[in-house]
Amino acid sequence: MSATIQRVGVCGAGGTMGAGIAIVAARAGFEVVRYDVSTAALERSLRDTAGFFGKSVERGKMTPEDRDAVMRRFSDTTALDRLAGCDLVIEAVFEELSVKQALLKALHPILPPHAIIASNTSTLSITEIASGCGREDRVVGMHFCLPAQLMKLIEMSPGVNTAPEVFQAAWDWTLAAGQQPVRTQDKPGFILNALLVPFNNDAIRLVEAGVAEPADIDRAVKTGLGYKMGPLELIDLIGLDTQIRLCEAFYPVTLDPRAAAPPLLRRMVAAGRLGRKSGRGFFDYGKPGMYGA
Amino acid sequence: MSYAVIGGPSRSFPEGDRFLVGGAPKGSVLVVLSGAAVPTGTAHTAVLVELQHESLGEHTGETNGEEGSNILGFARWRNGDDPPSPLVELVVQKNTAPAAIAAACAVFEGAGLSVALCTDQPGRILDRLLRPKYNAALRFLDEGLATQADMDLTCRLGLGYPDGPIERLLRGGLHHHHEASAALFEAFGTPGFAPARRSVVAARRVAKGT
Repeated sequence: MSATIQRVGVCGAGGTMGAGIAIVAARAGFEVVRYDVSTAALERSLRDTAGFFGKSVERGKMTPEDRDAVMRRFSDTTALDRLAGCDLVIEAVFEELSVKQALLKALHPILPPHAIIASNTSTLSITEIASGCGREDRVVGMHFCLPAQLMKLIEMSPGVNTAPEVFQAAWDWTLAAGQQPVRTQDKPGFILNALLVPFNNDAIRLVEAGVAEPADIDRAVKTGLGYKMGPLELIDLIGLDTQIRLCEAFYPVTLDPRAAAPPLLRRMVAAGRLGRKSGRGFFDYGKPGMYGA
Repeated sequence: MSYAVIGGPSRSFPEGDRFLVGGAPKGSVLVVLSGAAVPTGTAHTAVLVELQHESLGEHTGETNGEEGSNILGFARWRNGDDPPSPLVELVVQKNTAPAAIAAACAVFEGAGLSVALCTDQPGRILDRLLRPKYNAALRFLDEGLATQADMDLTCRLGLGYPDGPIERLLRGGLHHHHEASAALFEAFGTPGFAPARRSVVAARRVAKGT
């Protein structure tokens, strides 16, 4: 357990990422206040969370008593002021700068002065998210990977105004939560997406340029490099529309031509080929569905 | 599918590679390793020409987009000095004979390799895809985005890669990355292919023998 952080708030806990972050915190012994604007989303994600821990019990990874103890650490709310007692609030709300800025501005008067706010943004600037919130020195980037409850990695970024001791406290909390932090500068995409988004675009451009068929590109990547998944299969999983959104977050900031959405990507989205969720992207899945479903 | 091998030494099949042992003098497929001249008008079902950074068209000649015969290009992808991977990039042209493609696949797959078909373009699949990413990773290191260890760890933990981009480059030899990037930069002229500073340093040091 972290010496100074005992109670953790998670904003956007009705979503996949927020629910996963809440699991990470509760599993490590922290009291967790799960906040979302939607009661239905909170209820659904709490059921999913119970299911996740139920499977952990079935697989012998935890005892029923431990599961019950973890589930008791959750309290759900749609009232932001219920986060008042939190030492750390992690936001995983919609990836839109104005939405995140408004949330932080609303959190500032509610939270105690010592509380830290962490943003799970994957593409936005921590400094910009913190700007104008009233406690810019106590905001850090804390980017979890999907699915957060299974992935150990967290990209940690200080903003321009983040106090070093605050960054250190947040870093220590990730270790106490059993995660593996890495430090990055506050730059678009940090490490992971800064490498991955242009790389995925490059794979699309290979298709567009007639270099190879998607299956051959993915086979080359898996066989030649030992990756578990090819880039085009991965884009199908992420969603082609999501890839465009990532490009639109990156390109205007970096002006890196590799980060610009390839025309083929836009044409495929216009044609309704969104990837697995629509049943067809670079590959044909027969019917729409969730990965692994 | 029987095959004969001429030429060498080869980056795809270094001395002792079991593919070389499997060759037969009168094979129906001819594998032309680096250093050998490409014969024309032979009766082989397929003639497979080992490529480095060059196009297959340099060996076959080009005819206004209507290229193709029983001559194909290939390269087994290697990360610099690392041992060759199981991947063979097989270069086909518009009018390459289907029987030649099938024979080439049979030869390589029969040797336990995996084949990815591609057209005759610079960098084929993997070099064209990887070099900009590796240049970016090297640039990020220069710019202080993160330490090398953290960048590599992020790719291993966050993406499930067997290794990170910089540790892979260093293992295989940064100067090899420079060579591949420089060839692509010459072909395309786009910034992503411009060899990153660290690879330029490595290449110059190798050239000086330091």
